[in-house]
Amino acid sequence: MSGAAREGIGQPVRRKEDFRFITGNGHYTDDISRPRQTYAYFLRSPHAHARIRSIDTSEAEKAPGVAGIFTGRHVADDGLGGLICGWTVTSKDGTPMKVGPHPILALDTVRYVGDHVAMVVAETLAEARAAAELIEVDYEALPAAVSLGSCQKPDAAQVHPEAPRNTCFEWELGNKAETEAAFAKAARVVKLDLTNNRLIPNAMEPRAAIGEYDKGSGIYTLHTTSQNPHVARLVLSAFVGVAPEHKLRVIAPDVGGGFGSKIFIYAEETACVWAAAKLGRPIKWTADRSEAFLSDAHGRDHLSHAELALDADGKFLGLRVKTIANLGAYLSTFSAAVPTYLYGTLLSGQYDIPAIYVEVDGVYTHTAPVDAYRGAGRPEATYLVERMVETAARETGIDPADIRRRNFIRSFPHQTPVIMNYDAGDYQASLDAALEAIDYKGFAARKSDAAKRGKLRGIGISSYIEACGIAPSAAVGSLGAGVGLWESAEVRVNPTGNVEVLTGSHSHGQGHETTFAQLVASRLGIPLSNVEIVHGDTDKVQFGMGTYGSRSGAVGMSAIVKALEKIEAKAKKIAAHLMEAAVEDITFENGAFTVQGTDKSLAWAEVSLAAYTAHGFPSGEIEPGLKEGAFYDPANFTFPAGAHVCEVEIDPDTGIVEIVKFVAVDDFGTIINPMIVEGQVHGGIAQGIGQALLEHGVYDPASGQLVTGSYMDYCMPRADDLPSFTLGFTKTVCPSNPLGMKGCGEAGAIAAPPAIINAVTDALGIRDIEMPATPARVWQALQSAAPRAAAE
Amino acid sequence: MSVISMTVNGKPASADIEARTLLVQFIREQLGLTGTHVGCDTSQCGACVVHVDGRAVKSCTMLAAQAEGAEILTIEGLAPNGELHPVQAAFREHHGLQCGFCTPGMIMTAVDMIRRIPDLDEETVREELEGNICRCTGYHNIVKAILAASQEMR
Amino acid sequence: MYQFNYERPKTLADAEALLAKSDDPKILAGGQTLIPTLKQRLAMPSDLIDIGGIKDLDFIRAEGDAVMIGAATRHAKVAQSAEVKKHNPALAALAAGIGDPAVRHMGTLGGSIANNDPAADYPAACLALDAKIHTTKRLIEADEFFKGMFETALQDGEIIKEVTFPHPEKAAYMKFRNPASRYAMVGVFVSKGPWGIRVAVTGAGQNGVFRVKEMEEALAKNWSPDAVANIKLPAKGLNADLHGSAEYRAHLVTVMAKRAVAAAG
Repeated sequence: MSGAAREGIGQPVRRKEDFRFITGNGHYTDDISRPRQTYAYFLRSPHAHARIRSIDTSEAEKAPGVAGIFTGRHVADDGLGGLICGWTVTSKDGTPMKVGPHPILALDTVRYVGDHVAMVVAETLAEARAAAELIEVDYEALPAAVSLGSCQKPDAAQVHPEAPRNTCFEWELGNKAETEAAFAKAARVVKLDLTNNRLIPNAMEPRAAIGEYDKGSGIYTLHTTSQNPHVARLVLSAFVGVAPEHKLRVIAPDVGGGFGSKIFIYAEETACVWAAAKLGRPIKWTADRSEAFLSDAHGRDHLSHAELALDADGKFLGLRVKTIANLGAYLSTFSAAVPTYLYGTLLSGQYDIPAIYVEVDGVYTHTAPVDAYRGAGRPEATYLVERMVETAARETGIDPADIRRRNFIRSFPHQTPVIMNYDAGDYQASLDAALEAIDYKGFAARKSDAAKRGKLRGIGISSYIEACGIAPSAAVGSLGAGVGLWESAEVRVNPTGNVEVLTGSHSHGQGHETTFAQLVASRLGIPLSNVEIVHGDTDKVQFGMGTYGSRSGAVGMSAIVKALEKIEAKAKKIAAHLMEAAVEDITFENGAFTVQGTDKSLAWAEVSLAAYTAHGFPSGEIEPGLKEGAFYDPANFTFPAGAHVCEVEIDPDTGIVEIVKFVAVDDFGTIINPMIVEGQVHGGIAQGIGQALLEHGVYDPASGQLVTGSYMDYCMPRADDLPSFTLGFTKTVCPSNPLGMKGCGEAGAIAAPPAIINAVTDALGIRDIEMPATPARVWQALQSAAPRAAAE
Repeated sequence: MSVISMTVNGKPASADIEARTLLVQFIREQLGLTGTHVGCDTSQCGACVVHVDGRAVKSCTMLAAQAEGAEILTIEGLAPNGELHPVQAAFREHHGLQCGFCTPGMIMTAVDMIRRIPDLDEETVREELEGNICRCTGYHNIVKAILAASQEMR
Repeated sequence: MYQFNYERPKTLADAEALLAKSDDPKILAGGQTLIPTLKQRLAMPSDLIDIGGIKDLDFIRAEGDAVMIGAATRHAKVAQSAEVKKHNPALAALAAGIGDPAVRHMGTLGGSIANNDPAADYPAACLALDAKIHTTKRLIEADEFFKGMFETALQDGEIIKEVTFPHPEKAAYMKFRNPASRYAMVGVFVSKGPWGIRVAVTGAGQNGVFRVKEMEEALAKNWSPDAVANIKLPAKGLNADLHGSAEYRAHLVTVMAKRAVAAAG
């Protein structure tokens, strides 16, 4: 294979970014130090809900090393706005969602444990922390609304006076009347109450920020752990009012994982960059893990009731769902969109369901804000659909694989009753491949073998679909988004022929520096080492929307393709001029421009250099230089789909669930770098296993204290909790973008939980178990089931 | 404040520091070796693992003063001459890292593991990684990388 | 962390002298529990007396029918010790399962038992193996040493020097780890030796490590897993939290005891 072919599209190219990470030369925000920097420490609310009667900072101000102390009063006096939610959801009665203010630092009320009360800035972090202990806050503790099940009751404590019954919105989607009609003619109705457990994202790099202000130029600079630095800059300038957009530079350097939690604009980085100007010195803040638990936006946290109507042959007729979704104490940057447009729209799953009606109440509680976490709404939808389908299979006696086959969508495009128009897919191909890989036929024998060893064995399927590559700007705009969800790219060819690609996508583990470079190198016929991907700095990169929702391939790379097409067109013009040929006669292949039918040829580097020497360009026809930009707005969502199948073995004595085998077969459309894609699937599955078996963000229902506030109580997946995974791929090309890509970053986290819980409930012979299915819960379920089994 | 001295990556290092300075703070803040990371505050994530006198230790759970006179090896010193250590090379070859934040601690733990245990198998590698948390990779490729490096270094 | 003075004495005598003249000292051994506690600002000692530099406290010696282990001996060293593996493989296995490899490279026997964390492993071994705890002042029987959660018989200024573990005839430790912290949620150490039969439980009790007399008596009559299979601890007095109810922990004590007896052979 030639060098170019080894580095091309579809090849498992080793990552360009790895060298700096494996040698300790990465630059994460906390690794960066600025001259004369100070350190910030945030005094946080110990109460879930309290009125602040007064804050006395006088003693703290005298403490050694203190440079400044800032409270909500300072923020308000300076006229700073609050944090915003960039997506407006409208209730079924036509009223907009009810939004309480979200101040940078609390003014008179705190609304969750960890809410920001004051920022102390000192010469060292230890001094800032010591001074914070001297601040006297007089709190009037108030009752708190903590539990999702009771926060809408009339006597529940109120989080925001703007939102009676703590209800932010009552949203609906689908056709209610048609769904009622479907249920009326159903042969069977399957009902289930489901909990989608609260998760805490836990990117390994805690959030951090360094705010700076240059008095001479009036320019603010913010280094921060962001998945989307341009959006951060837009929010901080247009809404919070820290600085005009052109006077604010946001840099997201190496970022140690995000999983959604670093999309959002938080109080801490805002306060750091704002106060840096007040102090005239840089301010650095790095969360410790305990702060991360308290103050990062959490994920999931739904209570649902679902009903599925079937005909006598096991065909689905209709689905109706009522969900209560926790939003936490304040609306975070995208929180309203997650349990609505990223959730309700996926409730058709892979199935032809003629009628669907879903109602979602978004509710406030005195807990940390809840927003997008890997998958964002789609794991909740998939969990619900796949648990319902599994339950339907058990109640009808139809094999779980068979009931799925009977109901799969088989012709495309397919319009679901819940907005989405699926463009391509072959769901049975993925399911069949996954069942083959796990030896579905041999399961009964393995189960009876396990029984002989005193173990309970179960198998579970999850046929998932997600909507990625978000999304057509017009579509999301009509649904309430405050932004467009296109992406940008700029391709800069240097005189020596090497290339910088500036992208609005942001890589925080996804390997864009390699994958994007593979695309560019193979299109231009140059070595991978001659391509540099530049991202994460608003001073370098044109506006972009960032990385989340598995969008960087389908949207970010499509923008690069558009820019490359312009580059090629212009380079051909230059080549034509140089070789004195008609531009139509120039072909560009393997890095060479050739005049068709002749031996006249110019190398890429020659044309690049000529673009800058610009000698003798016909004036007005060819501008000097070789640099092109593009903005790509997708025509549709993309629809990655597949089948994950999990086999578990349970030790009935301890309740420990062991995942014996996990098979994932995914259809992501075109794959640029299979090694990286597989890595994305592995990581997603691990987080899905975490949700299903290990992880749970728990607040004490009475006090509102976060019970799982460290790794001592929040169970992170460790290496010995997980098996090695078996992966496979099927392929239907996505018709809506030039590369045919669908996105792969979230699939595992979306697909895995129902596969596992279907397997666990199969092994235990029970209808449902709440996630996470911890050993204690499994054991408890067996105790409850045992007398019943004995009675049967 | 008192002066402490140790050898870090083969070079003498000394500073006048507070007694409460953690080894990881000494390494990152005094010496500017920022490859060693801090990912938790309960001694569980392992992003801070370095070698002290040849053994893997959590540098967030050790005072710098406790390392007085010790030989410290950090990720930056693992391959001083530019050529990758076999474990570093295996992490790259097998895609054993994504965001890279846990990676230095993972690699230092893996080097120690391979030194102590000659016949590593998958189950042992997974058990030995109990004190290192990765949120990106699902460990699949980390385990693969360590097993491959272990073979390579035999 | 709050400020403190740090001292690293070279001899036990120096350590005792430093302890005597400090206002509110704490002994630092491996630091794997103490340093996290200091980081969380849950303790504010005036002085840290680091006994890690006292060579005399770091040894493993087999003598007669016992193994003597110095207080500052690291878990990893106990786990790897040929002497311990030969005479007391259950103890070596227990040490090999404390925390994670990096923690085992720092944590010490003396530190573990002096702290007496209710979820620590070594207290179960000491209690089940009839260990003798030698301090700078006296010898304390394991039965007298552990006084409840984070409490021991140690007095101010008293330093553990070594622990004597008599060789058992049979012994095994089985641990059910807390899924999140990986500390023992329930750990059961069973033994048969010159002291008779002992069953010590860590992790489960609200007051730290304890013995289960009923199981000991049953095993004295019949050393087999079946002998303990139907002995259920009352849930009262056991821990309950989001990781499991007291009933679940009581059940796990039985399961781990059964498995430990089976493993001990």
